[in-house]
Amino acid sequence: MTELLLTLTATGVVLALTSGLLGVFVVWQKQAYFGATLAHTALLGVALGLLLQLDWQWMVILVALATGWGVHWLLGHTRLAADTLLGILAHTTLAVALVLLSHAPVTFSLDSFLFGDILAVTRADLWTALGLLALTGLFVARNWRALLNLTLNEELAFAEGVPTRRVRLMLILLLALVIALSIKLVGVLLITSLLILPPAAARHFSRTPEQMLAGSMAIATASVVGGLALSWQLDWPAGPAIVVTATGFFLLALPFRR
Amino acid sequence: MLRHVSFKLHKGEILTLIGPNGAGKSTLLKLALGLLRPTGGTLWRKPDMVIGYMPQKLEVDASLPMTARRFIELGLRPDLPPDPFWLDQTGVSQWLDRPLQGLSGGQLQRTLLCRALLRQPDLLVLDEPLQGVDVQGQAFLYRLLAEARERIGCAILMVSHDLHLVMAQTDQVLCLNGHVCCSGTPESVQAHPAYRELFGLDEDTFAIYRHHHDPTRCDHDGGHHD
Repeated sequence: MTELLLTLTATGVVLALTSGLLGVFVVWQKQAYFGATLAHTALLGVALGLLLQLDWQWMVILVALATGWGVHWLLGHTRLAADTLLGILAHTTLAVALVLLSHAPVTFSLDSFLFGDILAVTRADLWTALGLLALTGLFVARNWRALLNLTLNEELAFAEGVPTRRVRLMLILLLALVIALSIKLVGVLLITSLLILPPAAARHFSRTPEQMLAGSMAIATASVVGGLALSWQLDWPAGPAIVVTATGFFLLALPFRR
Repeated sequence: MLRHVSFKLHKGEILTLIGPNGAGKSTLLKLALGLLRPTGGTLWRKPDMVIGYMPQKLEVDASLPMTARRFIELGLRPDLPPDPFWLDQTGVSQWLDRPLQGLSGGQLQRTLLCRALLRQPDLLVLDEPLQGVDVQGQAFLYRLLAEARERIGCAILMVSHDLHLVMAQTDQVLCLNGHVCCSGTPESVQAHPAYRELFGLDEDTFAIYRHHHDPTRCDHDGGHHD
């Protein structure tokens, strides 16, 4: 039991650090709805994985990547605003997923995908999450200035020599990966909050982008640890407990407005 | 959208693009910056050229904590501290430690220009630098550009709506309306019939922007004056 608890907590902390790292860009670039759309499409990945009897986590990643590319393509080929397109994609994929899941060959609980199922976390998940954290950390460290310039103004960044397409694509890829791996922890419906609540809370006591990044990672970690503790002590469902804890930090940070 | 456009811009030269809305000024600017690729024709840019770019607007979300100083440093090589000369000339030294989101439109424009100048660019590209700038500000900008050309020796490419003040500091004017209507020195362009027709100068003094010039009926194909 203790080993399971350790694996669980460690995986949670590693995913918290990763989403804390990526979350600041989601907030700065006003991409919260994009993150939510990727999370919704994850359920289509789950459905395809179950139907085709493939590993659903990889299907989730594939579908999320296709969505990221699809949004980009649709933006260039329709007259619709980004939030309209994201809304269409999010709910279409969700609906298709639910239709497909009604024909899934195996019985499973939809709740566990929507709200998380931490008891399903395995040792392999811990290693994958660690790999993703290393990849994300390396990417952000090496491209920090490029990422900030991209966030400030994409055309200015490009004119000054930043490989904006490559950096943006990598950011979408990492977002897709962290969403796919966080499903067991908080579930499809709550993932976006793990991406945006910690940086939003950190904003209130940060004067530089670096402080906000560090604050975001710290608050995300505290939210996961605190949420798991609450879940353990009070028998709350783990995913919602994590999000409630993160919201608590956000409210606590409100008076420190800088 | 743009056809029959040809020009050369050398170091130390200032080229101004003028023309009505929708004439392709921004498209040409994006081609020069490499943001767009030409669908036909050739575009030669000096390899490894350092570009300083001043976009029309900068919209930074309030959630990003960033001072003017940090913003400027992000455009420079990390080992190079910003040259105080340009910080003072542009006036940016007065608000270096204020957050970007708290700056006025004019201060933000000067901050953008300062970042572009501090990069010691080979090519300085300015998109509508006079937008919303008062007369004193315009005179100030022209002095600054003259100084930039002298100290940095860069080529300057800019888009402007303004007809008269443009002429003060420019070597070459390109009057666009989907193609080059006319080009040359400011004086020769001002005297060119295509320019006068495009801006309705001979009909009545106030009708500066009458877009009655139809490019498909236009028979003057990039008339050039020296």
